[in-house]
This record gives sequence, structure tokens and C-alpha cells, in this order.
Amino acid sequence: MDDTLATKLRILADAAKYDASCASSGSAGRAAKKTGIGSTTGAGICHSYTPDGRCVSLLKILLTNYCLFDCAYCINRRSSNVERARFSVDEVVRLTLGFYKRNYIEGLFLSSGIIRSPDYTMEQMMRVARSLREEHGFAGYIHLKAIPEASPWLVEQAGLWADRLSLNIELASETSLKSLAPEKDAPRIRATMGQMTERIAEAREEKRRFAPAGQSTQMIVGADATTDATVLETSATLYRGYGLRRVYYSAFSPIPEASRVLPVKPAPLRRENRLYQADWLLRYYGFSVEEIAAGGTEGMLDLDIDPKLAWALKHRERFPVDVNSADREMLLRVPGLGARAVDRILKARRFGRLRLDDIGRLSTSVKRARAFLITADHHPLRLTDRADLRERLAPAPRQMELFG
Amino acid sequence: MDALFASPAGALREVILSPGADAAGFRAAVRALVAEGLPPERVIWSTGAPGLFDAPPMAPHAAPAFSLPRAVTELIGLVLCHGDPERHGLLYRLIWRTVKDERALIDNPADPLVHRLMRMAKAVRRDIHKMHAFVRFRSAGMVQGRERFLAWFEPEHFIVEAVAGFFVKRFPAMDWSILTPHGSLSWDGTSLVIGPPALRPALPEGDGFEEGWLSYYESTFNPARTNTAMMTKEMPKKYWANLPEAKLIPGLVQSAASRVDAMIAREASAPRKRDPRKAVEAMSEQAPGTLEELNRLMRDTPPFVTGGTRAVLGEGPAGAPLALVGEQPGDQEDVEGRPFVGPAGRLLMKALGEAGLSREQLYLTNAVKHFKYVQRGKRRLHQSPTSGEVKHYRWWLKQELDFVQPRLVVALGASAALALAGHPVSVTRARGPMKFEGRPGYVTTHPSYLLRLPDPAAQNAAYAQFVADLKAAAERAAG
Ligand code: SF4
Repeated sequence: MDDTLATKLRILADAAKYDASCASSGSAGRAAKKTGIGSTTGAGICHSYTPDGRCVSLLKILLTNYCLFDCAYCINRRSSNVERARFSVDEVVRLTLGFYKRNYIEGLFLSSGIIRSPDYTMEQMMRVARSLREEHGFAGYIHLKAIPEASPWLVEQAGLWADRLSLNIELASETSLKSLAPEKDAPRIRATMGQMTERIAEAREEKRRFAPAGQSTQMIVGADATTDATVLETSATLYRGYGLRRVYYSAFSPIPEASRVLPVKPAPLRRENRLYQADWLLRYYGFSVEEIAAGGTEGMLDLDIDPKLAWALKHRERFPVDVNSADREMLLRVPGLGARAVDRILKARRFGRLRLDDIGRLSTSVKRARAFLITADHHPLRLTDRADLRERLAPAPRQMELFG
Repeated sequence: MDALFASPAGALREVILSPGADAAGFRAAVRALVAEGLPPERVIWSTGAPGLFDAPPMAPHAAPAFSLPRAVTELIGLVLCHGDPERHGLLYRLIWRTVKDERALIDNPADPLVHRLMRMAKAVRRDIHKMHAFVRFRSAGMVQGRERFLAWFEPEHFIVEAVAGFFVKRFPAMDWSILTPHGSLSWDGTSLVIGPPALRPALPEGDGFEEGWLSYYESTFNPARTNTAMMTKEMPKKYWANLPEAKLIPGLVQSAASRVDAMIAREASAPRKRDPRKAVEAMSEQAPGTLEELNRLMRDTPPFVTGGTRAVLGEGPAGAPLALVGEQPGDQEDVEGRPFVGPAGRLLMKALGEAGLSREQLYLTNAVKHFKYVQRGKRRLHQSPTSGEVKHYRWWLKQELDFVQPRLVVALGASAALALAGHPVSVTRARGPMKFEGRPGYVTTHPSYLLRLPDPAAQNAAYAQFVADLKAAAERAAG
């Protein structure tokens, strides 16, 4: 690898790292032909972890960080003084294959600043993906970040080569988007998302390959005054109305060359964690946005305790729950019991009445759960009425503060 | 390995298996023990190099096989890979209880034995997953025209054979070897060799991509989010020795805080003079401005359907009062690169003539621009486009008609009607005038439908109606 390519890689990886998604999941298992290279596993693989605790699964780079747009939260906006670079199509192909052959990555996550025109940019990205697939028989994972301002025909094509498509909604509030990203247009983003949703659903029904790993998006939190409730409301709409696979949340973090219109302080990472937990409750635990929001105050989640515990503490009348008779829905609401543990409990209780020891084997956090559970040999007495329950269950303050 | 030894005393039985997973040896031993009715507490399990002991191996009993629930055999396969020397004894206890009187034992995750074995299986699964993730190949250059790669890895459990399939599937065209203290794997593009335990080799130097990887790893780290606990949870230190990027970690962690402080302290700087106003304005003019430009794009775009060697573009004068939209080009259209030149096209021309129209006055195009087919020997079999595929092409069609600006668009058949209307249309029911998203239109059958009718009488009637439809459409376009 020569020096200029190495320099470009440094600049364009640095510029891409603010995108939270790096997942290589969601595609059906697939393998290359004899002369090709690559495979995908349904669950995806993290090939490394950086000291920020994030998974390195895909080669996450920008085609270029030159950009004609001026989105305040983005390090690549045209008014930023950051160092610029641009890959050729062939360079990205070579890097992807070189990294893949050494088992560093699952594939490519390609995104780009907008140069010349949205169509031109997106065409270049598509050429990368197409070359990998058609000329090199690459069967690894490809995630393309579509450009919402590009013409619809390009979006129609993107799914032919990519496993996953994404479009960043960026900010939950349209007004904020308008003021922070003047060239972006929220209705346009949603229309393009809708277009992708339709094509993905049709192709799945017709058993054709078109973005088999679906669509995802990312929202930045903490760059404007939007509440968690609004953020989650937006997510719920995206999951329901657009069939998105994942919504990623990215706590606004300081970037070099920050714009003056942004807060100087980073949003607490804990806020991002709580949103992910809430998102999980939304998708897999049967909670509604109102229920989750009710666990916090004024539309903001409680930063000190997770949203499930927050909900339980405000609904003590629903507890304790008898593990030997409660239904799945209610067991899922017990703090400390995950979906896996609940399924194991349901299985195990066919063999006899469960005791606290058994729960210890079936779940990983019986300590938290016990205050809310009745087992054959345990009743939390009036533990659920205790005023200090929150203090007893909340993690020591600041323990999860990751920054600063 | 069949390595069942008779114990001298009779009360206790010692079974010695080969080191590693030795699934065959374990299976044979268990079969014999169960047939003999030896309960777990009378069996002592150990592993050793074959030939280490003087006692001759007992001939494997032709002991009858017995069946176990699938979940149990899967669990056995995984747990045997575990490094814990107690694994055989634990598994035998599970098997014993299962065959005696607890057939459903495996379904009870609260049972302490099942729980323990499940955890062991989970540890093995995790080790396999981590090996998939953390093996790092070094290029050893070209050997006889093929690129060779070498890796050294230290798994915690006996999983070398268990991971082989993954690497073969992923790197079929590469030559590679993975060496480990538990065994080695070697692939040359056609066959896999499972070899003996290896010592750490001297890895080839000078793989430029590894430097690239290190610099990528550094750049993709965000110092404002340092969270080493999360990192070590997912990438435990025991793997670091063989991960080239791990040597960067201490430095990255150490400098993170000061990098962030510097970032926050730095005043937002005024943008340097770079006024892309013109470029920003120009950017909005990206949509094709003429039919020719649009056609060029279509020609360069790969098909959305399987088959299709080239885009068959629309034909006819811009401003034609009447546009006809068919389904998709067929074999002959694909060969000639023109719409409606095959059998259905010829029938259409005949009908147009009888309706007093000629090809030159009309704009002719298709909903789908490529010939969708499957190859059967020498023949290319026409395939109808699915509705999803028709929709992939809708944008093209709409743009095209916006340039041509016909007074009326005729949908020939259901696919064309779907493309124009944006939703499924029943040709029999909607036959006649119809608005397509505000555009005046007309629905009739596709000429190929007439060709497929078996009965000549029905064919004549349908043909007459088709001609009548074309006439009616032409009148509407004229009026
Ligand atoms: S369009 Fe906006 S968010 Fe995307 S790279 Fe350009 S400035 Fe950044």
C-alpha cells in the first residue's frame, strides 16, 4: 500500500467514524463462488474493537469528504477546515479486497460527501459496489449510504449490489434539520426511505435480491433540544411505517472543527445508552413510547436507571410477579429478566416449581430481578413498597459515565 | 480414536481418549459403557497420547447404537471441543440420565447439569465465533501464481476442525494456512488438510495492508467515547497477542483524554475562503435535461431483471400525440435493440395499419427496458416481470413520457398499466379510457395475448376489439 493511499485512508476513515452503524447483520447466509471471495453469516461478525468499545465489522470509509452541503453537525461540511481527500473507485475496491483477504473485515460500509452533484456521487458509490460484486465475485457484506438527494433511479439500483441501505434521518425534528442542515430536506429523506422500503418489501416477497439486510438510519441526539420522547416517537414511526431494521442513535460528540451553532458540550453517552435500551423495549418487549416516556420526566429518560426499571418503579402495583404463573408479557416487564431468560423460565417451569436458585441459573441478573419476583421459596415481602428501592437498584452514580 | 481400556479392578473403569475433541472415541466409548450398563460414578475419564499406556486397547464393542434427542447430540458436539478435562464425565452423566428415565432432561435449562453444560457449549461457541473474527492473515506473497496467506492463532478450546468450514467457504480461491497449538488447517483452493499442532511460525514480513489496517484502526477510533471496559469485554486480552492492532491500544487510550480536551478547547474557527456557491447551484441541475440524456443513462444502467443484454429504448418523435407502452422487449427486440419488432410487434403493426395509424407517427416504448429471460440450452425463455421489477423501471417511464408529452398513453396489457398507474390494474375490467396519475390514458390488451389465444374464432374477435381500441385511442388523442 503506497503512502498516498495510506494518507487517504487515514483521512477518509477519520471522517466516516461518526456514523454509529457498523453492523454486518441481517443478510441471509451466502457464500462466494469457487473463484470469488467472501460470505455472509446472518448474525454478522465484529472483527475488532477499538478503545471506544465499538465494533469494527466493516471497512467504514467515505468515498470523499469534500462536500457541497453545510450540515452544522458534520465534520465534512463545506465550511469546515478539515483536511480533504478523495478515493477513486478502484482504490476502494482494492482496499476492501485487501482487508477482506486478511480477515480484518466483513465487508464495506461506503458513504460519501456530496461532490459535483448527488447523482454523480451516488453513481460513483454504486460503481464501487458493482465492481466488487461483478468483477471480483465478492460475496461479503456491503452497506451503502444512499444519498437522498440523488435521483430515484439510482436508489432503485443501489439495492441490487448492497446488503443494507441506509439514509440518515439525522435529526428527529424537521425544524432542527432545516436550521442545522440547510440543504437537506426532511420530506425528501422520508420519500426516498419510503421508496426503498417498498422495493425491499416487494423483492422479499418475490424472492429477489434487493438489499436483503434491509434499511437502517441514524439520529443524532443532543445537538438540539429534541426530547427523548420525540426521538423515540420518530423511531416508532420508522419501525412501523418504513419497516426499518435498525435506528441508530448517536450522542452528539465534539468534533474537531466544530460549528459555532452547536452546543460545545457533548451529550452524555448515557443518554445514547438509555435510548438504545428504550428502543429495545419498543421492539422486543411490547412497550409503547408513552409507557417508556412515563418512566422519566418531561419527555426525557431517567439517566441513572434503565427505562425498564424506571417503568417498574412507577408501576409498583403490578409487582411482585410470580415466575411460576405469570404470562410471558408480564415476565418481560420484570427488571433484570431479558427475553432469553424469560423463554428459559417458561421452558423450565414445565418441569416443576421454580425456586430462586433456578432463576439464578436461568437469568444473569437475579439480584435485580428478585425484588420484583415471587418464586416457590421467595417472596419479596414489601420490598416493592420500599422507598429506597430505587437507590438499592440504581447503579452507583457515575459508574456508567464513559466520558470525561 | 478407539481407546477404551479395561480397568483391572472391575469396580471402576478408566476410559482414555485422545487429546482434543475426539468425538469418534467418545462416541464409541459411550456406546460400550451404556451397553454394559456402567453408571457414571464408575467411569473415570482421561485423555492422553495414544500408545502412552501399556494396556492394549479393548476392541470396540459392537455395542448397539442408541438414539438421543437432537439437542443432546448437538450439545455433545460442542462440549467435546471444550478444554475442561471434566467434559467427558459431565456429558456421560447427561447421556446416562437421558437414556435412563429423563428423556426430556435437555429441555430443562434450570437443571444444574444441563445449565453447566449449556454454559460450556456457550463458551465453545463464543471461542469459535472469536476465531472467525480474530484470525489475521499475513500475505506470504505469490507462490506459483497464487497468493498465499498464513495465520497463527491460539484458540482457548479444541475448535480447529469446527472452524474449518467457515474459512473454506469464505476464502475458496485463496491459498491459506491457519496454525494453532491444537492443530492446523491448510487450503490450496481444492482441498483442506487438517494437520497436527503447530508451533508459532515466523510470519512473513512486509505486508503493506497490515500497516493500512493499523492506520485504519487508529483513525476509526473516536477518542471522545473511550470505553475500554466494553472493548475488553468483547475482545478479551487473551486474544491480543495475535491481533496486530492490539499493540496500538495503550497509546490510543493514553492520548485520548488530551485529544478531546484539545478539541473542546479549540475555538470554532472561521471557515477558510471557499465559496462553492456556483457548485451548489449547479448541483441541482443533475436531472437529465433531454430525452437523449435520459436514454444515455438508461443505456448505461445495468438491468433490474435477470437476463437483458441491453436496454431497448423508446422510439418515435417527441411530441407524438399517441404513445404506446408495452410490457418488455422480447428476444428479437433484444437482438435488434428496437421495440416491437418481434412477432407481437408485427401483429401490432398490422392492427395499427387497420386502425389507420403508422409506426412513424407514434412513440413506442416498454414498461421494462430489458428482456427478462432464463437460458434453457440454446433458447432464451421469456419471463414475465414481477410487479416489483416493473416498479424499478417506473421512474424511467415517467421521465420519458414527460419528455415526449403525448396527448394520450396507451397501456398494452397489465404490466404497462401497472407501470403507468402505479398500482395493479385488471385489463378486462379497466379496458378503455383511464387516467394514469393525471395523464390521459387508455387500457387495452397486449398483442402477445392475441397470439396466445388457441381458438381462431376467439382470436379474430379479440383482434377486432384490439383494432377498435387503437382507433378509439387515436380519436381521443386527436380530439
Ligand atoms: S451532506 Fe451534510 S452530513 Fe453529509 S457529508 Fe455533507 S455536510 Fe456531512
